[in-house]
Amino acid sequence: MNLTLLILIPLLTAIALLLVPNRHVKWLALAGASVQLILALALLVIYRNEVAAGNTAQVFFQQQYNWFPSWNISFHIGVDGISVAMILLTAFVVIAGVLVSWNVEKMTKEFYFLLLLLSFGAYGFFISLDLFVLFFFLEIAVIPKYLLIGIWGSGKKEYSANKLALMLMGGSALVLVGLLGVYFGSGQHTFDLLLLSKVSIPVKVQMICFPLLFVGFGVFTALFPFHTWVPDGHSSAPTAGSMFLAGISMKLGGYGCLRVATYMMPEGAKEYANIIIILSTIAILYGAFATMMQKDLKYINAYSSVSHCGFVLLGIGMLTKTAITGAVMQMVSHGLMTALFFAVIGMIYERTHTRQVDEMGGLLKKLPFITTVLFMVGFCSLGLPGLSGFVAEMTIFMGSWEHNNSFHRVATIAACMSIVVTAVYILRAISKTAMGPIKESYQHLTDATWNEKAAAIILLAGIIAIGVAPFWLQDLISPGAEIIMQKIQLVK
Amino acid sequence: MPNATYIALIPLLPLVAFLLLGLFGRKYFKQSAGIIATILMLASTLLALYTAYGYFFEYGKMEGVYQKLIPVKYTWLQFSETVSIDMGILLDPISAMMLVVVTFISLMVHIYSLGYMKGDERFATYYAFLGLFTFSMLGLVIASNIFQMYIFWELVGVSSFLLIGYYYDKPSAVAACKKAFIVTRFADLGFLIGILILSFYSGTLDFNTLIQRLTSPESSELSTALTSSFLGISALTWGMVLVFIGGAGKSAMFPLHIWLPDAMEGPTPVSALIHAATMVVAGVFLVARLFPVFALSAPGALSIVGYVGILSALIAAVIACTQTDIKRVLAFSTMSQIGFMMFALGVSKYGGEEGLGYTASMFHLFTHAMFKALLFLGAGAVIHYVHSNDMKDMGGLRKLLPITHITFLIACLAIAGVPPFAGFFSKEEILLAAYNHNPVIYYTALITSALTAFYMFRLYFSIFWNKEHNTICEEHGEGGFAMMMPLILLSIGAAAAGFIPFVNFVSSDGKVLPTEFHLQFSIAPVALGVAGIFFAMAMYKKPTAIPDKIAASLSGLYKAAYHKFYIDELYLFITKKVLFNLIGKPAAWFDKNIVDGLVNATGTGTQIISEKIKRMQSGKVQQYAIYFLVAVIGLAVLVIYGIM
Repeated sequence: MNLTLLILIPLLTAIALLLVPNRHVKWLALAGASVQLILALALLVIYRNEVAAGNTAQVFFQQQYNWFPSWNISFHIGVDGISVAMILLTAFVVIAGVLVSWNVEKMTKEFYFLLLLLSFGAYGFFISLDLFVLFFFLEIAVIPKYLLIGIWGSGKKEYSANKLALMLMGGSALVLVGLLGVYFGSGQHTFDLLLLSKVSIPVKVQMICFPLLFVGFGVFTALFPFHTWVPDGHSSAPTAGSMFLAGISMKLGGYGCLRVATYMMPEGAKEYANIIIILSTIAILYGAFATMMQKDLKYINAYSSVSHCGFVLLGIGMLTKTAITGAVMQMVSHGLMTALFFAVIGMIYERTHTRQVDEMGGLLKKLPFITTVLFMVGFCSLGLPGLSGFVAEMTIFMGSWEHNNSFHRVATIAACMSIVVTAVYILRAISKTAMGPIKESYQHLTDATWNEKAAAIILLAGIIAIGVAPFWLQDLISPGAEIIMQKIQLVK
Repeated sequence: MPNATYIALIPLLPLVAFLLLGLFGRKYFKQSAGIIATILMLASTLLALYTAYGYFFEYGKMEGVYQKLIPVKYTWLQFSETVSIDMGILLDPISAMMLVVVTFISLMVHIYSLGYMKGDERFATYYAFLGLFTFSMLGLVIASNIFQMYIFWELVGVSSFLLIGYYYDKPSAVAACKKAFIVTRFADLGFLIGILILSFYSGTLDFNTLIQRLTSPESSELSTALTSSFLGISALTWGMVLVFIGGAGKSAMFPLHIWLPDAMEGPTPVSALIHAATMVVAGVFLVARLFPVFALSAPGALSIVGYVGILSALIAAVIACTQTDIKRVLAFSTMSQIGFMMFALGVSKYGGEEGLGYTASMFHLFTHAMFKALLFLGAGAVIHYVHSNDMKDMGGLRKLLPITHITFLIACLAIAGVPPFAGFFSKEEILLAAYNHNPVIYYTALITSALTAFYMFRLYFSIFWNKEHNTICEEHGEGGFAMMMPLILLSIGAAAAGFIPFVNFVSSDGKVLPTEFHLQFSIAPVALGVAGIFFAMAMYKKPTAIPDKIAASLSGLYKAAYHKFYIDELYLFITKKVLFNLIGKPAAWFDKNIVDGLVNATGTGTQIISEKIKRMQSGKVQQYAIYFLVAVIGLAVLVIYGIM
């Protein structure tokens, strides 16, 4: 399969959007997003067929074009199972985001343009095998967010947009420094991920560059204590913005932590693993407890994202094959789930004009579809079997438990505790919103429109497909996790 | 050999009902939902009976021992080469028995609800939830893998949540369903960590392998699990205790019982199905499933099971004597009876006659399902009629509700342990097992069974005798055929189930248990039970002032029991004051002011600094010349004194 299609389609759609009249914009965006989804699904099928046919290559469908030959930078792309999983996630979130934005009136063309640009960045990021190209796409994925929040946002949107952009830029700066460190420190003068993974980077370089890269990417995925852009950013962003931010952007960070930092620098990963575990355990519990006190639905989901993304980093920090597989599963699961959660919050907000849980009540009566989805996504968040969250978290727990020492045990048990706290805040949020006596003023509300239904069903399909039959996702991810583990096991 | 397809269909048919009615019920099956679900449930019940018959009488036994058969197994999630979550079916005596119990009670509730829930706005949703629950419960009992059981365990929890909160616009129902879910979730945390521990030491999640590795004396897994210890207690015991905490939560054992009385906010048929007959015994089932490990390798954990069981039985019985909401009386009675099942397991040993407690526990589980479901469904008929849960609003209903009256009486006699009703046989076995192994538990259990007889007949006389009821409900009589048929069928079970020779079918090691009937042993419990009944009759058959006088004379104890020993208040204090105020609030504050404060301070700091230094770029040449001069001098000083 030609991977360039994955980045060309969103790019071409985005450009075409600028050329067509306003009334066609959303249909064109939907068409583009649908093609992306079809491509991503096709990629999954082709990839599985290749594997079934006995192809054991580390990276499939590689392509390489010279870009800056003097710097040894080439446009090198390819995918393994982990990237395929992330690409699928992106495609699902993009089409759902396009669908829920159907009623955006203000500057529709620009809005959709930015959404598609963001997806262009994300796809590019996930297929890059050259670190410079990867960084290039990472930056592309940051800038549209600033505009999305600043222009179409709500509340204290300027503050949030600035905060988000500055913190993410700060993260990118660390990444850039780290990448340059690897470029020179490895002695290879190359950004090629596959080449770099074959050589062993000097331990001294790893000790400096690993934390730079991990923290840099970590900012994206709400590494404690660099997570505060999350609540403000999410809550000020428009619905699709929040969906992209939590569903895709935060995953760029997790992917980077795993693919770039951990894979290239196993010694560094081993050295700093305990710190990662401590920070991520704090994020899991502290995020959960902080969520308990929130009253705004978007803040609830944003803080809970801090907690759930903590699981991603915990899984990476545990450095076992099972836990890393679980971390990637959690990325996919959380991406789908949180995008759906924000979508539902947007639907509710459009109808009730409030996001304060205390002001709502009894919505189940008038909005059966929307609240059913809210229940499902809530159950997914609190780890109900049959939905994706359970599978991912349990895989991480099982992987963490493979370590037989009290440090890892305590961290795992602490992380396990979050399942109770999560139940508390999720049930509190959904019962206050959906249950109880209905308000007089909500009697006229109407349930979801076709586009909202479609968005919800697409994301739910992903969540249920993972929750009911997790083995396909696991088969996809674990060979990639295995390769990372092989490098880690070589250390000492 | 067992037919795997038929067995798999037992849980899958209710799942079909759930999916069909959940997705399309509101639109297409508004009226027919009940019939559709009931037919599917009937098919499932017949298959379960067929399976149980085949297992017990045809293929289950090999050389006199009931085998643990695994007709189906699929890998669901592979963690490592040896550890995986499988979805499978484990057929052994207890799962075959549970298949029958769950499907039969569920079928009764399905039929009963046709009348009870008629005209409800969310009729289809109700049946969809019932289907989900039945599916999950059946998946739980046939689980061949401990993680599979955990998965269905959680699904059972969520269906219970959905059904307790069925009347979602009632704030009390909303509070109750949240409470039930969160309390059991807290207990499930124990179960989860227990699973992690057990899987680590046994290197598997498969029940059969796990039990085999953790019980055979020569296995290396067992010796590691016994020698690794934490706080002086072996890792295995920790694991088993944690697993038991999960079971105690679901089975409403003290002190995790607080959700059960509130769970009565759900529709009454649901209480009969979930909170009396099936889900709440999941904890007992879990202990029974892992019984060999408890009995052979972690006797310490097993004695905890025993003491928690008897304590719950006693406390619940005392509280039940003071409650006036009939469903709550029944809820506490459920808790008390489950306590019986638990301590029966707790006093049991593995194998032979010593394993009587195990058989007795499962027997009681079986008979209890019959008479307790009957009690709840009967209570439902009463509530349906008088539109109140409070026994103060009832009285003299025996003539108005004749069928309900007779069936309710049968159930009361059964639970009170009056021969020859079902409860008599199972309770005798439990008491005998306790008598043989633990006198403290035995005597406490005797007192508890006297109390049981008393509070059950207090309930019976208050509803059907006492003051005469004068408001005759014209709109509907006792409830139609749909509501009466399950009552009659269940009362047959409650009356006759005791004659099933349970010792032939279920025992701790799969062999037939040789026991004979001990007439002289039965005298004490029966006499105490009858005394309890007469005491209740004297107090409640006619309206008298005696109950109030007794309550007044026991004022302290009565008040404490009436307020359920203030355990709810204690929990409220812990959650509201400690969890929210001491952890939640500080965490949120810390995030807003410290972590985010630092971020903002970085921003403001940068701004202030740039504000200060921007004056340097004034555009005046003279000023730049001064900077230049100062810098040159400074550098000169550095070069001369610093480097040299």
